[in-house]
Amino acid sequence: MLLAALAALLVAFPLFAGSYALSVATLILYFAYTGQAWNVMTGFAGQLSLGHSLYVGVGAYAAGALFYHYGIGPWAGLWIAILLCVLMGAIIGFLAFRFGISGVYFALLTIAFAEFARIGFDHLDWLGGPGGMFLKVAQRDQIDLLNFRGPPVMYYYAMLAFAGGAFALCAWLLRSRAGYYWQAIREDEEAARSLGIDAFRWKMLAVAISSAMTAVSGVFFAFYYNNLFPEQIFSINRSIELILGPVIGGLGTLFGPILGAAVLTLLSDGLTELLAALGWEIPGFKQVFYGVVLLLVVMFLPNGIWPALAKRLGIDDASNR
Amino acid sequence: MTWDLVANVVVAGVLTGLVYGLMALGLSVIFGVVRVVNFAHGEMMTIAMYSAVLIFAALKLDPFLVLLPVAGAFFVFGYVLQTGVINPFITRPEHTQFMLLIAVAIIMTNALLMLFGPEARSVQVDYQLESFELGGVLLDKARLYAASAAVVAAVLLFAFFRFTLTGKSIRACADNYLGARIVGLNVKHLYGLTFGLGAACVAVAGCAMVLLVDVTPSLGPYYTLLAFVIVIVGGLGSMTGALLGGVLIGVSEALAGLFIAPSAKSMFSFGLLILVLLLRPQGLFGKRS
Amino acid sequence: MSNQIRVHRRQFNKALVAAGTAAALAPFGILRAQSAKLKVGVLLPRSGFQGFIGQSCQKGADLAPEVIKAMLGVDIELMNADTETNVDVARTRAERLIQEGAHVLVGAFDSGQSAAIAQVAEQRGVPHIVNIAAAPQITEQGYKFVFRNFQTAGDIVREGLALIGDLFQATNTVPRTAVFMHVNDTFGQAMARGIGAFMPRLTQLPFRIVDTISYDPAAKDLTVEVSKAKASKADFLLLVSRLNDAILLRREMAKQRWNPMGVVSPGSPGMYEEQFYKTLGKLSEYCISNVPWYNPKAELTKTVEKAFLKRNPKDQLVFHGLNAGFTFEAILVAADSFKRARSTDAKTLADAIRQTNITSKMMLGGPIKFNQKGQVEGIGSACVQNLKLRPTVVLPVSAAETRPVFPMPGYKPA
Repeated sequence: MLLAALAALLVAFPLFAGSYALSVATLILYFAYTGQAWNVMTGFAGQLSLGHSLYVGVGAYAAGALFYHYGIGPWAGLWIAILLCVLMGAIIGFLAFRFGISGVYFALLTIAFAEFARIGFDHLDWLGGPGGMFLKVAQRDQIDLLNFRGPPVMYYYAMLAFAGGAFALCAWLLRSRAGYYWQAIREDEEAARSLGIDAFRWKMLAVAISSAMTAVSGVFFAFYYNNLFPEQIFSINRSIELILGPVIGGLGTLFGPILGAAVLTLLSDGLTELLAALGWEIPGFKQVFYGVVLLLVVMFLPNGIWPALAKRLGIDDASNR
Repeated sequence: MTWDLVANVVVAGVLTGLVYGLMALGLSVIFGVVRVVNFAHGEMMTIAMYSAVLIFAALKLDPFLVLLPVAGAFFVFGYVLQTGVINPFITRPEHTQFMLLIAVAIIMTNALLMLFGPEARSVQVDYQLESFELGGVLLDKARLYAASAAVVAAVLLFAFFRFTLTGKSIRACADNYLGARIVGLNVKHLYGLTFGLGAACVAVAGCAMVLLVDVTPSLGPYYTLLAFVIVIVGGLGSMTGALLGGVLIGVSEALAGLFIAPSAKSMFSFGLLILVLLLRPQGLFGKRS
Repeated sequence: MSNQIRVHRRQFNKALVAAGTAAALAPFGILRAQSAKLKVGVLLPRSGFQGFIGQSCQKGADLAPEVIKAMLGVDIELMNADTETNVDVARTRAERLIQEGAHVLVGAFDSGQSAAIAQVAEQRGVPHIVNIAAAPQITEQGYKFVFRNFQTAGDIVREGLALIGDLFQATNTVPRTAVFMHVNDTFGQAMARGIGAFMPRLTQLPFRIVDTISYDPAAKDLTVEVSKAKASKADFLLLVSRLNDAILLRREMAKQRWNPMGVVSPGSPGMYEEQFYKTLGKLSEYCISNVPWYNPKAELTKTVEKAFLKRNPKDQLVFHGLNAGFTFEAILVAADSFKRARSTDAKTLADAIRQTNITSKMMLGGPIKFNQKGQVEGIGSACVQNLKLRPTVVLPVSAAETRPVFPMPGYKPA
């Protein structure tokens, strides 16, 4: 069926794609994966996080610092990164949910924490401060899985594996008890609680899973780009960049984040080609375009593109409302 | 650390804080009544600043002189935006509202980038570099005038909500939406007026601010965050709260910059926001809902 | 998320055609390697936050093919790409340029973007010549294909501080104290570290730093910072900034009636840029920047200036001195190496670049020669003072256009 065909295509992609297309595909998968992670917290459980770059940054710096200062490889660093991110998520979740903060206040809280981290990390010299942290790159030809170094193809498959894993995890979560409880909490928390659902516990779970998944994103980012700057990685623009995909694709759905990431990139490319062909060079035009697309989707397809598309194609996944 | 230095810094903080307060006041009015999270608030302020720059460049008019026309234009714009675009979203889930206004904000910021480019623009009036001397304290003229304009605008707004019929109707809508409709108030129209007023506040704040700060397209998100911090710290639904919250943030950032590290100034505001959200979510002057 | 992707089928077809053509031309392999044109991929931030500077650099790139053709008889084709002041975009554009056949890459002004491009270049084995970027790490990674014809932050500071000493000697002044203000970003921090390292060693400098104030690059209001600086009662201001904050600071200084002996930068952008003069007018006068600069008396400078004026009749090279000059030199290095290598094969080119020894150049300093790390040593700095609303070289004496003015008129001892 469709899923198998898509999977086969993605696996075979590097065989006929140029290195440029490969790097872009890797980026799309990265955004699809991170979008999926964010989706767990916001789409499934309904807790709007606008400061998700916090987890990407903490994950990246955790694994990066361990590698930079102690030579600890990314696979070990990964667990520390996940631990730290879950801890951060737990703190934010605990503070917010215990004190009954939700909706816009919760979103602002997440923004505040991300900004706090941005400025804070700028002052941490052990992590390179504003000058950034540059990870040493030993070699790139052979696949050194232990240190996560190798040709671009390796990174592509790694990201593909992560994205695939995330997809499977989310599919399973949606159909599990957690998924149903989250849906209840998302739609009407009061009612859910009156039915005996421990909202606090399930919300914390969502935050924990989301932050853990995003930590992996961060680690990948660190070892793919090999330089980290607090101003960039914790920036609110990054947070917004992360969520554009899932929102446009379909909040709370399985295919939403992937579809959204792909659509945005294709549109972006098409636009660049068009502008280049017309010989226009207008900075900011592309972002205005994104804004307009986002606006149109929010106004006319409030559930995102996927639900409408799925209905057309007659596909049913547990996330369709 | 002399008395002079601290006094100068505090005074500057208070004056700038008053302008911030006016901006936050606009948000408080919008958020408090229409209950819409206006993520494009900072962007509106930035547009106001650019308007002042353009008018000055074309007509050499001091921003204070063009306050009224610009505020009027923004009032109309706000009204149209609310009744035309935002109104259907009031009953929709909150995150959809955010996305809508984030989209509007993205469009505004980047449209400004397209039109004006990334370099900073400013307004250079004659008295810009002059200051009054009072004891050991230098009162920057432009800052003093800006703060005065902010206070006057705020007072006018208070008066409007307290003493006019429309003002009272708007407060009714905020306090009891259903009741207001039952009584026959045209809520949609009143919401539009409110958004318009909020936008006008922002316009005045922008014209005042442009004398203190150079404008770039990226100012928008910064001011949006600042406005939210002030409104939450000061207290939602409290106009005094917004104004005083602005002063508080202005002064605390200045003092934090003085005694700790200037580059960590904003960290202080965010820390304050987190504390307030957790310990006293209704803000310092707000009413518990 | 601003990057490009070609639809799979199109890509596949193109690959087929390319493969077919390659097979057909196989016997002529030797001919292909010796193609007459050198394709230079130019990556610059032409939009976004650094757009202004990127465009400035681009002016240096645009005039290069013509000047180099006349100088060396070599044909260059420029492939321009915009990094949009974004690291992701820089990376994907670099990939794209290489895919489209760029033989060498030049760019990209910003350290973060340059580092990303360097990684791609090293990975794909394509030479990358950094025109401007100060982060020392770029040439410390052991890369074989990355070269830089620009000072590292350490070099900039060392040269800058030495020039300050020269400045005081030339004007017979002995300032005792300085307050150091710096922007808290990658560049500012690297400079601060450099100053911390070099100051104690340069014992001939008569002043000491009484206070260090760092500020947020995104700050709109620098009242507190300037108040602190003024309260330090230092003789002069040592400043590492960018353009917008330099403008803010200078204005704030005037508002707070603080008139030190001077505003001296040991090597940062901002005070010599066109926008600084345009916005501040008379206030911009007498500010000093010790930065790598072009030698106004060099032959090549005059040639480049003529070409610049032809393409930009309403502009002046002096406002783009650093940006355009280094970008031009980077392309010059590429062309010169191509001429010696007589091949566009990447490895051969890289080897040729490593053998570069260009003595008749435009920027100040010793010949363009790369050490084993791919770094050029001995690039000089000039003391550039804002006089009559334009950047004017006042030191070293051999390249000076006029004498420096220090302390600035209006100086009021604290």
